[in-house]
Amino acid sequence: MGLGLLASRVLRFHTNRRNLLRTIVTKPELQSPEASAAAAAPDPTPDLPPRTPVAGARVHFPNPDDAIEVFVDGYPVKIPKGMTVLQACEIAGVDIPRFCYHSRLSIAGNCRMCLVEVEKSPKPVASCAMPALPGMKIKTDTPVAKKAREGVMEFLLMNHPLDCPICDQGGECDLQDQSMAFGSDRGRFTEMKRSVVDKNLGPLVKTVMTRCIQCTRCVRFATEIAGVQDLGMLGRGSGEEIGTYVEKLMTSELSGNVIDICPVGALTSKPFAFKARNWELKGTESIDVTDAVGSNIRIDSRGPEVMRILPRLNEDINEEWISDKTRFFYDGLKRQRLNDPMIRGADGRFKAVSWRDALAVAAEVLHQVKPEEIVGVVGKLCDAESMMVLKDFLNRMGSNNVWCEGNGPSPNADLRSGYIMNTSISGLEKVDVFLLVGTQPRIEAAMVNARIRKTVRATNAKVGYIGPPTDFNYDCEHIGTGPQALVEIAEGRHPFFSTILNAKNPAIIVGAGIFERMDKDAIFSTVETIAKKGNVVRPDWNGLNVLLLNAAQAAALDLGLVPESSNSIESAKFVYLMGADDVNLDKLPKDAFMVYQGHHGDRGVYHANVILPAAAFTEKEGTYVNTEGCAQQTLPAVPTVGDARDDWKIIRALSEVAGVRLPYDTIGAVQSRIRNVAPNLLSVDEREPATFGASLKPECTQSISSTPFKAAIENFYMTDCITRASKIMAQCSAVLLKK
Amino acid sequence: MLARLAAVRLREIRQVLRQVPQTSRSFSTALNYHIDTPDNNPNLPWEFTDVNKEKVKEILSHYPSNYKQSAVIPLLDLAQQQYGGWLPVSAMDAVAKVIEVAPIRVYEVATFYSMFNRSPVGKYHLLVCGTTPCMIRGSREIEDALLKHLGVKRNEVTKDGLFSVGEMECMGCCVNAPMITVADYSNGSEGYTYNYYEDVTPKRVVEIVEMLRRGEKLPPGTQNPKRIKCGPEGGNTTLHGEPKPPPCRDLDAC
Ligand code: SF4
Ligand code: FES
Ligand code: FES
Repeated sequence: MGLGLLASRVLRFHTNRRNLLRTIVTKPELQSPEASAAAAAPDPTPDLPPRTPVAGARVHFPNPDDAIEVFVDGYPVKIPKGMTVLQACEIAGVDIPRFCYHSRLSIAGNCRMCLVEVEKSPKPVASCAMPALPGMKIKTDTPVAKKAREGVMEFLLMNHPLDCPICDQGGECDLQDQSMAFGSDRGRFTEMKRSVVDKNLGPLVKTVMTRCIQCTRCVRFATEIAGVQDLGMLGRGSGEEIGTYVEKLMTSELSGNVIDICPVGALTSKPFAFKARNWELKGTESIDVTDAVGSNIRIDSRGPEVMRILPRLNEDINEEWISDKTRFFYDGLKRQRLNDPMIRGADGRFKAVSWRDALAVAAEVLHQVKPEEIVGVVGKLCDAESMMVLKDFLNRMGSNNVWCEGNGPSPNADLRSGYIMNTSISGLEKVDVFLLVGTQPRIEAAMVNARIRKTVRATNAKVGYIGPPTDFNYDCEHIGTGPQALVEIAEGRHPFFSTILNAKNPAIIVGAGIFERMDKDAIFSTVETIAKKGNVVRPDWNGLNVLLLNAAQAAALDLGLVPESSNSIESAKFVYLMGADDVNLDKLPKDAFMVYQGHHGDRGVYHANVILPAAAFTEKEGTYVNTEGCAQQTLPAVPTVGDARDDWKIIRALSEVAGVRLPYDTIGAVQSRIRNVAPNLLSVDEREPATFGASLKPECTQSISSTPFKAAIENFYMTDCITRASKIMAQCSAVLLKK
Repeated sequence: MLARLAAVRLREIRQVLRQVPQTSRSFSTALNYHIDTPDNNPNLPWEFTDVNKEKVKEILSHYPSNYKQSAVIPLLDLAQQQYGGWLPVSAMDAVAKVIEVAPIRVYEVATFYSMFNRSPVGKYHLLVCGTTPCMIRGSREIEDALLKHLGVKRNEVTKDGLFSVGEMECMGCCVNAPMITVADYSNGSEGYTYNYYEDVTPKRVVEIVEMLRRGEKLPPGTQNPKRIKCGPEGGNTTLHGEPKPPPCRDLDAC
């Protein structure tokens, strides 16, 4: 009996001890912040180690007189007026923890994680919402600031589920990281946690709304950047939740970005759900090729598989966003791939053969046809190197009929200013009047559209649009549907002409869909008339832009991939398609021999006689030029599939089999050849402005037809062979494009 | 002995378990998302009546034309009065159209304020204050009495559609706690009233309900005959005469 009593006493003692331990014990100095602050008061002249701004934050002084000086932890920094305390700290090299603040969104100030101490202020201040004032003494490392963060963290974690092990954000979660860095090691919350019903935002964004910490970043992103006012903050207090109220999908071409900005795992990627942990992934910095913008991306791969695609910061192109197509089309890289060289047998079926056989067949036919009957078409996703090699090869075979699809039958490659975006994408922010001619940037180049929207929001720039009726996510004046409206403006009959005339920095953006029109020269000369009359092109400002559609277009024109005759396809006997799937082959003679070199079994292979498997852009090193003429490079993230080879290597091998050996053995050698033709392709990440203006163009004698402009892209989600093979993109087009 | 040990331990465990407060939280507001029902979905037509259209104009005229969205709360209120005390989705959409904002911006406001009902209420919507002062003075009993008398649950409408009971936070009458509010939607937005009945007792609220049912008008304010407004029971205890004015200061002297 005695033993039992003793044992229970011991037990009770134990429980008591545990109860005692449940009080929060932080560092002793946190218990009385004032006293310890006094004790730890820094000596007035601390010798400060030099600091570097956080993440290379740069200060730009619009007006040197407006500079003010503040002290961050005793360290003086000069910042322009109007910056917030948080930004000042960033420049001083102090990273302030935050959840709701995002440099590209409006300031909400509702998470309170960024509390810092400011001398003479009675309470800690939310640094993200507090403008820095001259002489402010900001302290980020004091017991008060630490205690404040710890307290905020505890409150945030109160209603946050403890499901990190099954959360896809795990490992890249701001809440996780910051609670490790600033949080307490235990919480005092013993009540029930709140739970929230998950919302259906469509096939791309997975929601686990119980995890939401109500930072409202997603709401601000959707309203301010994506321009879809669907998300909102509903309810109040602890019942507050993010949602759309009525059942609604997020139909924005930028919706995937909310995954990145959500600091917790409330919004995660649906296709990527439970596929991989982020620390297993290898990141490769590359370029997106699904449109002509060339958004900077990071390809996260595990082994031979592309697991996801994330944006990379590039202020001049995509800032830190990418379109949904860019982010989610990667599953197309795993479907419909061409693995082996194949030859179509007499029965019309493809048979896998060795490279040697496939090349031999192609070379043999190549020698049987007349040089003028050889035609090469380059696809939308081709890199500059392979285009160069193909052009050289066909030239050696005696043909000069090689062009890039999408550039139209008779592209004009002589004047670079005639096919690139002269204003540059970041330059669009200075524009005050836009005239969009036959282009729907929201579909054709979502990132350019985001930039236009940003400008319109910031400066109330006016937008005029000529083309078929379409959705805009900013205010836009629909001037007309066909070239007639353009002529009206050119002749000054339309009121929009005076708008252009009165603008400081007007910009005209012509869609590349016009390249396919027969009267394209006439349209361009009309546009140039408007440009001339409206002072759109000046020595200090070039507002005459072409918005290209495909990643390969600009490089193809830079390399001079222009067909000798515009109807060469009608008499072709040998067609070499290098990834070209959308070229119109109706007029091709039935007996023509077709070689398809590419990575996807898409439209191009239907008629092909020989298939040569090539590497996709994730698997090779290649140069791409975006619509503003900026050359960028992809890097191989994953190995090629099956027996596929790099495009340029295939043609190099074919040239050898055909007996006209090309002198390149390395990609470096190809690049030095490119240097002779178009040196700008090798200055990566630089924008070479077009040297000659459009004024040098010969007079155009074409007459304008009255056919209205057509939409260049029907389905935003499916534009090329990879996106057409993608299941996610198919889902998106089924669900989101439903009218 | 072992059995005893086990018994003691069990008791301890029970104790510990009992200590954990397992109260599920009650929210005063309804769901924060909308579920389509035949009488509440975005496809139902909804419009302000002609009389109210004039009022809408009048309300909008209070705000600068580029800040129309400021009118969201008065307009939602008007819509609620017109529609018998609650706001279907289509009414919120109609308000959004008037003030030229996206519907979600109106939903955000309507879900924030618990005075906007997003599900049907009775002609007389009885709101019991549940905040601390009223709670100490017995608001729970009052609510129980109401619910029992009407035979409904909270936020439920009686079969005849006359009454519903909801909960509210402090309505600023704590001095006369406990109190209920009666939102009277029986006469549309013209005869709409929103009256406070203070110093109620479980018996008195039932009487109030019955009077309302009979269509009688009863004076709002304190229900305690011994009090005048918020004065103390049995007449004033202080401030019997004119209060002494503050000593005059010679302003020029300073
Ligand atoms: S869902 Fe994410 S981004 Fe949106 S409010 Fe919640 S935590 Fe913030
Ligand atoms: S980051 Fe400052 S309050 Fe959220
Ligand atoms: S607590 Fe009931 S009115 Fe204030």
